[in-house]
Amino acid sequence: MERMLKDDAREEKGELARMASFVGAMAISDLVKTTLGPKGMDKILQSTGRGRNVTVTNDGATILKSLHIDNAAAKVLVDISKVQDDEVGDGTTSVVVLAGELLREAEKLINMKIHPMTIIAGYRMALECARDTLLQKTMDNKENTDKFRTDLMNIAMTTLSSKILSQDKEYFAELAVDAVLRLKGSTNLESIQILKKPGGSLKDSFLDEGFILDKKIGIGQPKRIENAKILVANTAMDTDKVKIYGARVRVDSMSKVADIEAAEKQKMREKVQKIIAHGINCFVNRQLIYNFPEELFADAGILAIEHADFEGIERLALVTGGEIASTFDNPESVKLGHCKVIEEIMIGEDRLIHFSGVAMGQACTIVLRGASEHVLDEAERSLHDALCVLSQTVNDTRVLFGGGWPEMVMAKEVDELARKTPGKKSHAIDAFSRALQAIPTIIADNAGLDSAELISQLRAEHHKENCTAGIDVITGTVGDMQKLGIQESFKVKQAILLSATEAAEMILRVDEIITCAPRRREDRM
Amino acid sequence: MALAFDEFGRPFIILREQEKKTRLRGLDAQKANIAAGKAVARILRTSLGPKGMDKMLQSPDGDVIITNDGATILEQMDVDNQIAKLMVELSRSQDYEIGDGTTGVVVMAGALLEQAEKLLEHGIHPIRVAEGYEMASRVAFDHLERISRKFEFSADNIEPLVQTCMTTLSSKIVNRCKRALAEIAVKAVLAVADLERKDVNLDLIKVEGKVGGKLEDTELVYGIIVDKDMSHPQMPKRIEDAKIAILTCPFEPPKPKTKHKVDIDTVEKFQTLREQEQKYFDEMVQKCKDAGATLVICQWGFDDEANHLLMHRNLPAVRWVGGVELELIAIATGGRIVPRFQELSPEKLGKAGLVREKSFGTTKDRMLYIEQCANSRAVTIFIRGGNKMMIEETKRSLHDALCVARNLIRITQLCTAVAQQRYLAQLLLKLLQIGTLELSRSFADALDAVPLALAENSGLSPIDTLTCNPHCGIDCNDVGTNDMKEQNVFETLIGKQQQILLATQVVKMILKIDDVISPSEY
Repeated sequence: MERMLKDDAREEKGELARMASFVGAMAISDLVKTTLGPKGMDKILQSTGRGRNVTVTNDGATILKSLHIDNAAAKVLVDISKVQDDEVGDGTTSVVVLAGELLREAEKLINMKIHPMTIIAGYRMALECARDTLLQKTMDNKENTDKFRTDLMNIAMTTLSSKILSQDKEYFAELAVDAVLRLKGSTNLESIQILKKPGGSLKDSFLDEGFILDKKIGIGQPKRIENAKILVANTAMDTDKVKIYGARVRVDSMSKVADIEAAEKQKMREKVQKIIAHGINCFVNRQLIYNFPEELFADAGILAIEHADFEGIERLALVTGGEIASTFDNPESVKLGHCKVIEEIMIGEDRLIHFSGVAMGQACTIVLRGASEHVLDEAERSLHDALCVLSQTVNDTRVLFGGGWPEMVMAKEVDELARKTPGKKSHAIDAFSRALQAIPTIIADNAGLDSAELISQLRAEHHKENCTAGIDVITGTVGDMQKLGIQESFKVKQAILLSATEAAEMILRVDEIITCAPRRREDRM
Repeated sequence: MALAFDEFGRPFIILREQEKKTRLRGLDAQKANIAAGKAVARILRTSLGPKGMDKMLQSPDGDVIITNDGATILEQMDVDNQIAKLMVELSRSQDYEIGDGTTGVVVMAGALLEQAEKLLEHGIHPIRVAEGYEMASRVAFDHLERISRKFEFSADNIEPLVQTCMTTLSSKIVNRCKRALAEIAVKAVLAVADLERKDVNLDLIKVEGKVGGKLEDTELVYGIIVDKDMSHPQMPKRIEDAKIAILTCPFEPPKPKTKHKVDIDTVEKFQTLREQEQKYFDEMVQKCKDAGATLVICQWGFDDEANHLLMHRNLPAVRWVGGVELELIAIATGGRIVPRFQELSPEKLGKAGLVREKSFGTTKDRMLYIEQCANSRAVTIFIRGGNKMMIEETKRSLHDALCVARNLIRITQLCTAVAQQRYLAQLLLKLLQIGTLELSRSFADALDAVPLALAENSGLSPIDTLTCNPHCGIDCNDVGTNDMKEQNVFETLIGKQQQILLATQVVKMILKIDDVISPSEY
């Protein structure tokens, strides 16, 4: 029953269905389980497409996204991890593992002949209790800017410590925090550009206050401009087509062709003149710039950059404070972008255009350096996670300790609740607390520590009031999370808790699986 | 027999494998049909009631749906048998007509068929059975009418409505926050209801979902939410007192429908054409400006040039808005949909107090909220939830709740609860003792099937619930009382009546078939 064959329409009922979904969900959670925590391992993913591309990652969402899954319950888990990625960016592995553990515990209860609905009722009560506990235990340093920055640094370091960047986590945490603070509360990570250039080491990565555009400067145009006035445009600079429908050129002699060509050239020349009349010395266009206008720009001493991608244009407009223009008739009212220096710089062996000293400081560029494409890709993913978490934390400033601390705190309260609740539900509440404790256990296991010993110590420690103990994976002991500065964002933790329980509940409620016959190709008859 | 059972007790059809055209006649045909109908009912039986389980369905493309809505389950199932298809139709028509009770109707039909089978074995003619059922259903219908209670509500007192919607929602996965959702559903329906005509146009309620967040974040927006963003990234994200021009013409050069050609053969023509073009763009924007619009919502795309002109003239715009959404916006804001720029005028503009763009999550997900509209007759329910399946299921559940609320406004009568059918059944027995005793008893037994299934699903002993209190029902949630009036478990009369009518009709139809001819597979 472990695999559901895609053969014909089929249905599975009752125990069989439940088993199929449990097995599928647990298989998925076991798959990503080993990547959890600072000592979690990575996975190699090989695509089936041409080239057999290889990805090395320990990002849960990335792993699950690339899996070909046939089990319906497993798909639910993949989906929650994807949502977690979209919504908060981090905790994609934890959410799947927690859902898996909840189901594992539920399976035991079902074997004890407890009805799934009773389990769900218990889980719901436990969830309420756990969330309230978390809410009480949050810390908020919104008022204190310095302290908040430390919080952010801690969060970034905690997030990064489980990734490939853990060696230089302080450095990268600094990068990420700087970048996010520049956004001033917006969660639009589009304005943080991440450029990947192979070569050098991860340590050589840097945050650039300005903006780097991965383009070359046209030949014969100035390589360095000071006090640049930039016009950011989105307009056709090839042949400016007549847009009126049905228009076409129809001539009866060669001379007229030449005339029209000249008129076209004239039109382009006028357009260029109009652009130049803005008093600019740099022109960036989203679309292609043909040789002819490029030459005109070069003659006027204007730097013309063609074919920047759309995000590039938007970012550039954001950075330089200009607006994206498409018509050029009123030069006085178009807002131009400004920056101190535009120059061509070399990173590795690539030439890039660097805008520095920009007017508005919202956007910035992080240049990642590293030994190979794979390292860079993984570094980008890790950094992206960190940035997401940080940008969410800036909006919701509540933070928690990390290192298994929140799980233990919740487990303690849920345990209390279980003791107070009469009836079969208390088994389910108990199970919920066990599932919560499974997360620090896995973290310890992955680090090669004696998890049974550590968790029991931790639990004893947590029986005291206001305890800040968690697992210190580096030394392999129970440590004070406050001193170690291991922190997590409340929003991420809450999202993990909620969606994992929701998913587990959903899978538990199922007592029948109906699989339709897969859509066949045309050649079946 | 064309039907066999495998070791799990599942029926499967052998017909297809046989080479020749197959034919079933007489009692065999009826039995085969009944077996198929029962098989469908058996699948749905476990989904009934607050403790009913869900079904997981995998579509041909591999998408997963988790639901306990009867109509959805049957629609997604790969049903091959003709009779089973009838049952699917049955649940669908209940869905169209009432919107709720789609599972119950199939379970009831299944039970009726099961009882009919016994009667057929006793040698009673199928037509007699069908007639008896018809009679019994009429009695039941009238009786329901009699025991129903008039239903009082007003715009200030929505509590009874909420209670009834909660009964509907309690069997769904969303029962965690059924109170909040029921209130949302009732408020939404009341917002769009025409209380004088007692009619509700559910099209005015838009249900929009976005993954992420939690179910508790689900909200009712008195306005419209469009899954679009401003056409130019630098346009303002927040407009107060917006005057909205709703256009169905593109900001592009005109494309006349008649075939035409513009020939360019001289330089002058080339230049005039160019000027024309520029003027055209200018005029389009100018016309919007002249009418006094502060926001343009357009069904089609914009040319780059037009886009910039709009931005330049400080006229925010949204492009590629779907036709249905456009209509809703027009209703909500009291504007008119304008098909040509020439026809733009100040009085055709829609008005909204606040238009804002809101971004979600870490990806570039933005949505446009149009709120405080001139006419609040169009509302949006915005669902949040942990994953895609959750959102889809919530949408379906809310649809049911909305339908229930609508039915209540239309016909303000309630019947207390499912399980009092037992009481009803006994009454029926008395009524029909003369002549067709056998038949009416079997109908009564069939009516018992629904409360029986409910009790089974809740893990209760069905026999215990046989006390004859007129408000007696099944205490699925372990509240401690069997009195449905105290528990506030209500259903709509029309929903119940439809269930009985539809189920009887289908059963009659199935019983009347005495010959099944299926073409052979070639």
